[in-house]
Amino acid sequence: MAKSPAKPSGGAKNKAATDAHDHLRTTRIPAPAYPQTYKASVDELKQFYREMLLIRRFEERAGQMYGLGLIGGFCHLYIGQEAVVVGIQSALRKGDSIITGYRDHGHMLACGIDPKPVMAELTGRAGGISRGKGGSMHMFAVDHGFYGGHGIVGAQVSLGTGLAFAHKYKKDGGVAVTYFGDGASNQGQVYESFNMAELWKLPVIYVIENNQYAMGTSVNRASAEDQLFRRGESFRIPGLQINGMDVCEVRAAADEAVAWVRAGKGPVLLEMKTYRYRGHSMSDPAKYRSKEEVEQVREHSDPIEGCKKRLLESGRVTEEELKAIDKEIRALVAEAADFAQNSPEPDPAELYTDVLVEAY
Amino acid sequence: MATEIFLPAMSPTMEEGTLAKWLVKEGDTIKAGQVIAEIETDKATMELEADDAGVVARLLVPGGAEGVKVGTPIALVAEEGESVAAAAAAPVAPAPVATAAPAVSAPAPVAASAPVAAPVLVAKADPAIPAGTPMVKMTVREALRDAMAEEMRRDDRVFVMGEEVAQYQGAYKVTQGLLDMFGPDRVIDTPITEHGFAGIGAGAAMGGLKPVIEFMTFNFAMQAIDHIINSAAKTNYMSGGQMRCPIVFRGPNGAAARVGAQHSQNYGAWYAAVPGLIVLAPYDAADAKGLLKAAIRSPDPVVFLENELLYGRTFEVPQMDDYVLPIGKARIMREGTDVTLVGYSIAVGVALEAADKLAAEGISAEVIDLRSLRPLDRATVLTSLKKTNRLVVVEEGWPQCSIASEIAAICMEDGFDDLDAPVLRVTDVDVPLPYANNLEKMALVKVDDVVAAARRVCYR
Repeated sequence: MAKSPAKPSGGAKNKAATDAHDHLRTTRIPAPAYPQTYKASVDELKQFYREMLLIRRFEERAGQMYGLGLIGGFCHLYIGQEAVVVGIQSALRKGDSIITGYRDHGHMLACGIDPKPVMAELTGRAGGISRGKGGSMHMFAVDHGFYGGHGIVGAQVSLGTGLAFAHKYKKDGGVAVTYFGDGASNQGQVYESFNMAELWKLPVIYVIENNQYAMGTSVNRASAEDQLFRRGESFRIPGLQINGMDVCEVRAAADEAVAWVRAGKGPVLLEMKTYRYRGHSMSDPAKYRSKEEVEQVREHSDPIEGCKKRLLESGRVTEEELKAIDKEIRALVAEAADFAQNSPEPDPAELYTDVLVEAY
Repeated sequence: MATEIFLPAMSPTMEEGTLAKWLVKEGDTIKAGQVIAEIETDKATMELEADDAGVVARLLVPGGAEGVKVGTPIALVAEEGESVAAAAAAPVAPAPVATAAPAVSAPAPVAASAPVAAPVLVAKADPAIPAGTPMVKMTVREALRDAMAEEMRRDDRVFVMGEEVAQYQGAYKVTQGLLDMFGPDRVIDTPITEHGFAGIGAGAAMGGLKPVIEFMTFNFAMQAIDHIINSAAKTNYMSGGQMRCPIVFRGPNGAAARVGAQHSQNYGAWYAAVPGLIVLAPYDAADAKGLLKAAIRSPDPVVFLENELLYGRTFEVPQMDDYVLPIGKARIMREGTDVTLVGYSIAVGVALEAADKLAAEGISAEVIDLRSLRPLDRATVLTSLKKTNRLVVVEEGWPQCSIASEIAAICMEDGFDDLDAPVLRVTDVDVPLPYANNLEKMALVKVDDVVAAARRVCYR
């Protein structure tokens, strides 16, 4: 993997134009090379397809179950953003850590966590991954390197930087990936964390999932610098702006970032331009954007359709095979939904457990 | 088979809605994600999207219908390849939702009505100090430093982080010498960035380390309180016990001397109000050492409240290899029979001085140092009350919603029959701490006020 700030030579026919374009999406300080699209094998593409589809179907089902009153409170769906987490996770290895905010279901599934306890947490049942005590926004699976699931916007950025601190302290070679949104990118603690992360060369990848809206406020209404990949520049953190609707572009960027960070060069910021199809949460009517805008993205940039197209164009996968995957995923989600509805509510004694680890 | 579309709940509080209008009619082909109806909820008009592609077989509730209960079937959709006529003829289940959804039970209004009782914590006793153990004189500052050094030697996951803790040797010299002993990887100077380093500390604890985070004073920790409470205190519970946050937040708390309102506040009651935290506030050097060691070993997040005015005071500390105190156990500093004085941190000194004065007047005061504000040692307080039947709480902090208020409530709830007089609170005056020397003195808790209160409850 190229690590120098120089652009990779060769490849693109219209090199000058490509470089000029990429240059606009890279910070002006030394940065990882602007990635070329990842050349995924058919098997890898199939895996991407499967994982993204699982997230999509899971979230659709969660939305339905919310509508049925089976899920309470807030429920933030990841539909539309699937390529980001699937692409990034595919570049990580065991021992790395990840952390995110409250829109966390997709991240858990992409970590390989069983959908059943995730769905059962949404329904607040004993079989939930937090035994029903966390809910949609507060889920954890440390054995999968997943450190939550945090409900306070921006808090995960400092916490994720702390996870990176722990990797460096323990010298275990791990990296911490810290996912946050365009909304969180205006929180003060993000910049406090950026400063220390670069100062101490911590192995952290900041992934800004720029889905264009912080609840109902568009990026340009909230951000003086709306090119969010530049947000680390004054701390000398290199940034890249990536098409987050294309899983292969995401994967390529993740490879560059991981190589940079594992080499001890300090943090990298990846701005993933993405889009959420649904409202901020289930109770958001999303009146702040037009139907046409959403339709446009769904029609032309859908990450799952894009992956499907690649698979079919490879000529090595048939429509029938993809349908079979679809069926398999639907069954998996149906099973999770059944589990989540049939698992009992937590035992009343659970009210008092886990407040403290130790008895004093 | 046909898929039923139900009137969905579109907010946490929605129970029924108005089906404002249909945007499709029977026989229309619909795509996944297509808006098929507008629903007016208690909050807004929402668009109802189809989850799957298909053909609208029947509309079961007409446009304009009001008061449609959440969960009522409103349409039937035939799936790809399915006969629309057959789908339309499919029997419609009665509104399944109201019954299928778990009943949202009202929260129990008081703990007493909860189906299971809260566990009762029984604090362990202090370790026995073997006869002949030499006592060494030591300042609180040195005791705290020794506690950290001993624990850092014992466990290499322990590190110290904060402003000026390393090269400067500590703003109040509590970390003096640690950098030389353990090096810059374990004694870490941060920029002035409380919110950030409290979060990094909490994240490092989640990642398996044991951070000791120093705040130059707890006044500055207000910038970081979100991580102390939302990130550190609640994680173990929210994760069902699978993610811990073993971290110590420590630093001076309460009024120092002539530093004015923004630098002089006691946060004891704030943190002690939060389940999931341990809150310790020692008075003397032995407790400072034994409790800080316990705090660093604890698998739970600890707020450790020191006091700048106590740092330089000298006390006797038992010279033992490993002096670790139990968390949650109050200490009887002086036995007495006529009145109980309860305090913590610097107020213990005030109470002890008052007890001396009271003794000269023939009033025997028992002095209790709470040491731990959470868990709070109710048993020691109530046992003493049973003996003296009169109680005064002494606190260097504001009166409203204070630890003193909490102790008064405990005495009323569980010691009412033992009370021969109302519990009195002797605290700071209820104003921001003034700068002027005379006003500052007037505002802080005073020995004479404690003496007067003790006389009052003894009816003398």
